[in-house]
Amino acid sequence: MILGRVLGTVVSTVQHPYYRGRKQLLVGATLPDGTLDGTRYILALDMVGAGPGETVLVEDEGNSARQILADAKAPVRSLIVAIVDDVDVPASGIRASQRPPA
Amino acid sequence: MRLGRVIGTLVATAKPDAMKGLKLLIVRPLTADLADDGDPFVATDASAQASSGDLVTWEAAREAALLHDPWFIPVDHAVVGIVAQHALENPEGTP
Repeated sequence: MILGRVLGTVVSTVQHPYYRGRKQLLVGATLPDGTLDGTRYILALDMVGAGPGETVLVEDEGNSARQILADAKAPVRSLIVAIVDDVDVPASGIRASQRPPA
Repeated sequence: MRLGRVIGTLVATAKPDAMKGLKLLIVRPLTADLADDGDPFVATDASAQASSGDLVTWEAAREAALLHDPWFIPVDHAVVGIVAQHALENPEGTP
């Protein structure tokens, strides 16, 4: 899985029928501290209602995507499977949270 | 999926039977903010309507073959759709 941040949206009217009605988000890969890696990005289908600015977990493997979509022939490789609340990497001193202040 | 620009089309007469009838496009991969990102490749068209100049989404590997019906074909890149709207909401440091 890839840690990333939702950077924007992509909308298509002419597309493969499987993608109709499924939200496509543009996700930039980030380091654990939340900074964008600067080169890697992915267009993924949104399974969790994520939006721009949110830190997300992207599953970037076709067989996993087909399991989550419960469709053995789904022509999909990348899915946003989680919205990340908190990243904690003690060894590097990284602690990045996007939880709103209580 | 990734973004790409269709920069041309390609016609081949001698090809595997399973690829008969499939439209072939030459696609240049793009970064998230639509800059060139590597060498062009040839993809089949699973959107059915893509042509030169179109901004498209594409998929590689097994998923490219799965975009077609029948799906068990020797194809490794395919165009998924034509991008109508592309919104990048994080201008600082876009990858």
